[in-house]
Amino acid sequence: MKHLLSAADLDRHSAIELLDIASEMSGVNEREIKKLPTLRGKTVVNLFFEDSTRTRISFEVAAKRLSADVINFSAKGSSVSKGESLKDTAQTLEAMGADAVVVRHHASGAAHALANRGWISASVVNAGDGTHEHPSQALLDAYSLREAIHASPAGQSLEGLKVAIVGDIAHSRVARSNLTLLKTLGAKVYLVGPATLLPGALTAQADGFSYSLDDAIEDFDLDAVMMLRVQLERMTASFFPSEREYARIWGLNGDRLSRLKSDALILHPGPMNRGLEIDAKASDSKNSLVLRQVANGVNMRMAVLYKLLAGGSIND
Amino acid sequence: MVSRTVLGTSDIDRAVTRIAHEILESNHGTSNLVLLGIPTRGVILANRIFEVISKNETVDIEQCLGQLDITMYRDDLNQQPTRSVGHTHIPGGSLDGKIVVLVDDVLFSGRTIRAALDAINDFGRPKAVRLAVLIDRGHRELPIRADFVGKNLPTSRDERIRVHLTESDADNEVVIEG
Repeated sequence: MKHLLSAADLDRHSAIELLDIASEMSGVNEREIKKLPTLRGKTVVNLFFEDSTRTRISFEVAAKRLSADVINFSAKGSSVSKGESLKDTAQTLEAMGADAVVVRHHASGAAHALANRGWISASVVNAGDGTHEHPSQALLDAYSLREAIHASPAGQSLEGLKVAIVGDIAHSRVARSNLTLLKTLGAKVYLVGPATLLPGALTAQADGFSYSLDDAIEDFDLDAVMMLRVQLERMTASFFPSEREYARIWGLNGDRLSRLKSDALILHPGPMNRGLEIDAKASDSKNSLVLRQVANGVNMRMAVLYKLLAGGSIND
Repeated sequence: MVSRTVLGTSDIDRAVTRIAHEILESNHGTSNLVLLGIPTRGVILANRIFEVISKNETVDIEQCLGQLDITMYRDDLNQQPTRSVGHTHIPGGSLDGKIVVLVDDVLFSGRTIRAALDAINDFGRPKAVRLAVLIDRGHRELPIRADFVGKNLPTSRDERIRVHLTESDADNEVVIEG
């Protein structure tokens, strides 16, 4: 594997292998010396054209735990604000010896362009491109689900698990990557959201969809609910009448929580708009995996960097 | 290809039993003893050695038996396709002050053991580290030797040694191919 651009790059075997490597990586956090020498001498560049807390920090921690050198680049305060293009920026970083570029960009397809246009020879990890894909997030969500439902998760899939992805599907790269990966792992995926935010191209790939969260809770016998952030910054038109109405119809609150199965799991990729798509009762309930998702992010990204960078040239 | 069986079931059993007793003798019992098997067949051998020890002494499996995956510490990661990662379990979580006995099936170049020594470093400071192997086939590339050896097998470099143990294979035997 040279790049991780899309959840569709992974078949079931390689996805499960990555999840298994991540679970071995989790042991590193409990050791006296929280570091492995595996990527000594490799350089990982975090190339972030968009704001990020969790993803950037967890890629940084992951690379450092594997002894790689990390260069953090954010568009603000760099030559990008003087008008430098993605290509020139990437080639500059390549000239400084980057072995992997973790890229987040507001344009869908940016990671794909970096990987395939011959601009650079480094491995490319897509850490979110516009409204397209965010595969490492999907992996850590799958990891968190697998860890919660299996007593011994190694080698297991998510066969038969019923998951609803709820909210702003249209603008969500997390939803796209999760839809693909969860289905690869055998889960049934349902999409739920306002009709204005539920593109037909995606509902066609799902196992079902609904315009009402209440109906979805009633009809789909859900094992897990993944709430998405309402991405106000990407909305160029009015997709729903008001935030209050959105919260009332599509928000996960204490009442809806009580109508889910008692052991139904709750996920949110963060950052949460508390009171909008999810309220405190739901996000802080005992079934909430939100903090596990953050903790698992580091292990999952260690596994991704290991898989992309540790092998030799014979691979691929 | 010519293949020749050099150890059978009873030979392997005898070697494991002898190694277990030698470990007990040199350690004067089981105090502070930690057996660490190196995946895959080192783990099986460590389990077998532990079984023999527990027949003779009172010993707590939680404190005494673990396994150490060395994939992330290898010096040849760059020369091969990405390897899958094995499981590591350190009994009691730390190796500080322990007498660690590394267990592996075949001792060849010594590079696996070098990687294991690096890995051990990250789990604390053991009082001593010893090495037990079923087969020592020579051709060391590093200044490493085994403390407990099941059998010394002089080989040529292009021969292959296969260790089969019933826990992971069809039978118990050590075979030379080449």
